[in-house]
Amino acid sequence: MKIILHPEQLKLTIQRLAHQLTENEIDFTRTVFIGIQPRGIKFADRIIECIRQLYPREKVQYGKLDITFYRDDVRREIHIANQTTIDFSVEGKTVILIDDVLYTGRTIRSALDALLDFGRPEKVALCTLIDRRFSRELPIQPDYCGWTIDSIVTQRVTVQWEQEQVILH
Amino acid sequence: MGTGAGDLALTSAGTKQNRINDFGITIFKLALHLKMQLSTKHLLGIRALTRQDIELILSTAEQFKDVLQRPVKKVPSLRDVTIVNLFYENSTRTRISFELAEKRLSADTINFTASGSSVSKGETLLDTVNNILSMKVDMVVMRHSASGAPHFLSRHISAAIVNAGDGINEHPTQGLLDALSMKQALGTLEGIRVAIIGDIMHSRVAMSNIYLLKKMGAEVMVAGPPTLIPPYIQEAFGVKVEYNIKNALQWCDVANVLRIQLERQSQPLFSSLREYNLVYGVTRKLLDGLSKEIVIMHPGPINRGVELDSDVADSGHSLILQQVENGVAVRMAVLYLLAGKN
Repeated sequence: MKIILHPEQLKLTIQRLAHQLTENEIDFTRTVFIGIQPRGIKFADRIIECIRQLYPREKVQYGKLDITFYRDDVRREIHIANQTTIDFSVEGKTVILIDDVLYTGRTIRSALDALLDFGRPEKVALCTLIDRRFSRELPIQPDYCGWTIDSIVTQRVTVQWEQEQVILH
Repeated sequence: MGTGAGDLALTSAGTKQNRINDFGITIFKLALHLKMQLSTKHLLGIRALTRQDIELILSTAEQFKDVLQRPVKKVPSLRDVTIVNLFYENSTRTRISFELAEKRLSADTINFTASGSSVSKGETLLDTVNNILSMKVDMVVMRHSASGAPHFLSRHISAAIVNAGDGINEHPTQGLLDALSMKQALGTLEGIRVAIIGDIMHSRVAMSNIYLLKKMGAEVMVAGPPTLIPPYIQEAFGVKVEYNIKNALQWCDVANVLRIQLERQSQPLFSSLREYNLVYGVTRKLLDGLSKEIVIMHPGPINRGVELDSDVADSGHSLILQQVENGVAVRMAVLYLLAGKN
């Protein structure tokens, strides 16, 4: 087991991403944030908290997307659905999808399908905390990335929010 | 200034603690969820389900209900699954509801009705089903006038079977959608009082409702004319029996009124429909005379002016159209949860 991110690093990374996401004169009426259920939500909550501190006067639109019914492996395994709460329109907006670990890219593929059922965004960008490169099964890359790591299939990356650290095991 | 910073530190520590607690609960739920699956391969009846199964189906149905509120009401979950709807008996709601649920899940569907098929040429049930299954069909939704027909089929074929009503035995998806409607109206099933009123003897809806409500901790009463209530029902199922409709309505939180099934009655069990309406019909006057508000349900089709008066069926107390709406979500949940078990 190896610690990839210590609590202090994790905090700084989240702050850095919050700054990166907003550095190009972001228009909060045209940009919305969507965390992916269930594990992406913890990370998205932290990013949004940080952005709200940076822009206390702006209304930051933040939703949660569950992709269970859009998965491509129903026959192999049944997953239990979580709540989807998107109480704003995504039509014509810039959508920032937020997830904790980008691995095969299949979750993001499902998320794109699910998102398009809510409307036609002008642009979709992806923000992830960890990018496990060289393990992608689909042509999907993050636009905002906390850390890029090398790992093999038998390894697992876990974000432990209670200890505020990221481990590889 | 100093106190301000202290307050801030205190609040942030507080939220952090909450966050950790919340997270612990989420992980616990997640671990519970990941292992959760239906305990059965087919949905033959509520009798074979566990309480966990029922809770899983209802919570999944609530997620599907959300999906049905979206601009695009369709999800691709079952796009590689083919489902046959085998209807050996007439149906409006159930068939349309199943078909819609299948389409909303992106499954391919085939419809079979006994009239106009080779059943009239003498083909047996098992032959018909095996022929359909050899065309690579994954699931069978089936309604039959013989009690136990889907159970018989489940011993001979490997495809998943969903019972859409068999004779006077069970109608499990109706029981589930009734439960979802009650849960939404009253907030819980635990401890609620449900009166099932009317033709209990010939009703598969009553059976599924009784099994389900007892498993979920609700109190159940059956009410109606003595000729339409099986004599053993109190001992067998632990339900209350009442022959006076007014008493039943006064006792319950929910009245589930059933249809008089004249087509299943080989001998007359009450004098006339008019007399039935006068003594056992649920009327506006009866409801106005109660000291509390109750909700009214009916599985359809309604014989207006017999078991239920029009002004009750169309009133604000009636959940009838919510039941139909919930039907699609519940059937989506059942099909989705069974599809992964092949």
